[in-house]
Amino acid sequence: MKMTLTQKILAAHAGLDRVTAGQLIKARLDTVLGNDITTPVAVNEFEKAGFDRVFDPDRVAIVLDHFVPNKDIKAAEQAKRCRDFARCHGVTHFYDVGKAGIEHALLPEQGIVTSGDCVIGADSHTCTYGALSAFSTGVGSTDMAAAMATGEAWFKVPSAIKVELAGKLKKNCSGKDVILTLIGITGVDGALYKSLEFSGEGVSSLSMDDRFCICNMCIEAGAKNGIFPFDEKTAEYVKGRGEREPKIFEADEDAEYESVIKLDLGSIVPTVSCPHLPSNARPARELSDIKIDQVVIGSCTNGRLSDMAAAYGIIKGNKIKDGVRCIIIPATQDVYLQCVERGYTAEFIKAGAVVSTPTCGPCLGGYMGILAAGERCVSTTNRNFVGRMGHVKSEVYLASPQTAAASAITGYITEPEEV
Amino acid sequence: MKAQGRVFKYADNVDTDVIIPARYLNTSDPAELAAHCMEDIDAGFVKNVKPGDIIAAGKNFGCGSSREHAPLVIKTCGIGCVIAKSFARIFYRNAINIGLPILECEAAADDAEQGDVISVDFDSGEIKNVTKGKTYRAEPFPPFIQDIIRKGGLLASLTEEK
Repeated sequence: MKMTLTQKILAAHAGLDRVTAGQLIKARLDTVLGNDITTPVAVNEFEKAGFDRVFDPDRVAIVLDHFVPNKDIKAAEQAKRCRDFARCHGVTHFYDVGKAGIEHALLPEQGIVTSGDCVIGADSHTCTYGALSAFSTGVGSTDMAAAMATGEAWFKVPSAIKVELAGKLKKNCSGKDVILTLIGITGVDGALYKSLEFSGEGVSSLSMDDRFCICNMCIEAGAKNGIFPFDEKTAEYVKGRGEREPKIFEADEDAEYESVIKLDLGSIVPTVSCPHLPSNARPARELSDIKIDQVVIGSCTNGRLSDMAAAYGIIKGNKIKDGVRCIIIPATQDVYLQCVERGYTAEFIKAGAVVSTPTCGPCLGGYMGILAAGERCVSTTNRNFVGRMGHVKSEVYLASPQTAAASAITGYITEPEEV
Repeated sequence: MKAQGRVFKYADNVDTDVIIPARYLNTSDPAELAAHCMEDIDAGFVKNVKPGDIIAAGKNFGCGSSREHAPLVIKTCGIGCVIAKSFARIFYRNAINIGLPILECEAAADDAEQGDVISVDFDSGEIKNVTKGKTYRAEPFPPFIQDIIRKGGLLASLTEEK
């Protein structure tokens, strides 16, 4: 039987000529990732099991991004636990405040992950790196601990759903609108245990940031991973980043897929996922009577430079609506610096927004923008579950940076065209 | 491994944010975390749960974040087994890795009602709803996974290999 792109990468890392869906394999890992929430649990397990060294200090990445700069004493203790572990084991890719960014924006940016890699991370949005044509998936802290010790992980080889993209996105539409639309079609468990493999002539028109955003939210369809084919844009992105050479894998032409979903990018409209599931996707224009209290633009889904540029394009010269708190969070130090140098930050501040240093903070209701009962937020983040951003009676509406910025100006959910 | 207890029944797509809200994740202490288990969808859970009790739920149980704190708090609260129509994949993996018994069984999960008494034989996959007098069979784990569980979780199985 012929293999999908994911299966090709897994076979290569398991040292096998071929694998088939359902097969249990042990695969060699190129990078093992953890953050300030999941690493302390992994360190506990690592030490309890009696391991005294990591398999390769260059292949472990620890990024402090969820609750830093530390939001309280307990968070400070957890960050310190990560810091001490990283120092003790000589972890090369340890990112602390001042160097750190949101892990899934940071690792590709710094070239720590590259095309053809096999990566696990103790964070569900690790699936983001599929944009680089790599296999990457989220796991828990125990898997992270075991992988830090052995450099390997077990996987059940997934079957795949093929997502065939045609056409080109219209103005003011982005990768976020594509993935929210797709999750609206599949539901939150439609791709459970499976790969979402993107293909078709529409792929070439999508920017790398669009692809990162799309792969980032494949977990919200239940998928094990999302993955794009390697093309000129991928080659250009990975060139000159990192120490390892990218490896190119391709799906066999007659690979078997469980099903095929066809999406015409030209038909995608600004989309919003309503509470309390990412699959409650609706066109933004149908939600114009929803009044909002807060807007968050940032996160591992939409905190990259093109997201900031899109927000800038809409906010520039406008004012944030009275009564709306607009919180903008560039995802990495590099994106943050570029926002300053390009003048985005000044325009955001003049408009009445606040601009924070990189953090996951509000996305998971950690800090920096917690909602009270009855409050509504339009957010470029990835989840809108009950209580996700604060009080159980608050509401999160997921949207693109364009739609979020437009909504910040009017105080209601608003299509970008309207501003 | 066997468990018998009363059912706590939940719907589809119970996510990790309601199992253990992120606002409490500034600690990794299981007992401290477990005091907040399920509080955003079932404020009475922690007060009412007894060792051996069972969670029965719909599809995609444990969706969302990869936080291992989710299966850990359920286990720490004394839940003997989670029976669901399906599990989100990271939760499924984490539950195995930390030794929380879980079983996928659509019929048993569907029929179970709040307060029913259910007994589970985790090794054979047999589920008995004592209240309703019905027996179900869940798919047992593949040998590879059974081996991890038999050795007491992923790390214990690795330490044995060392």
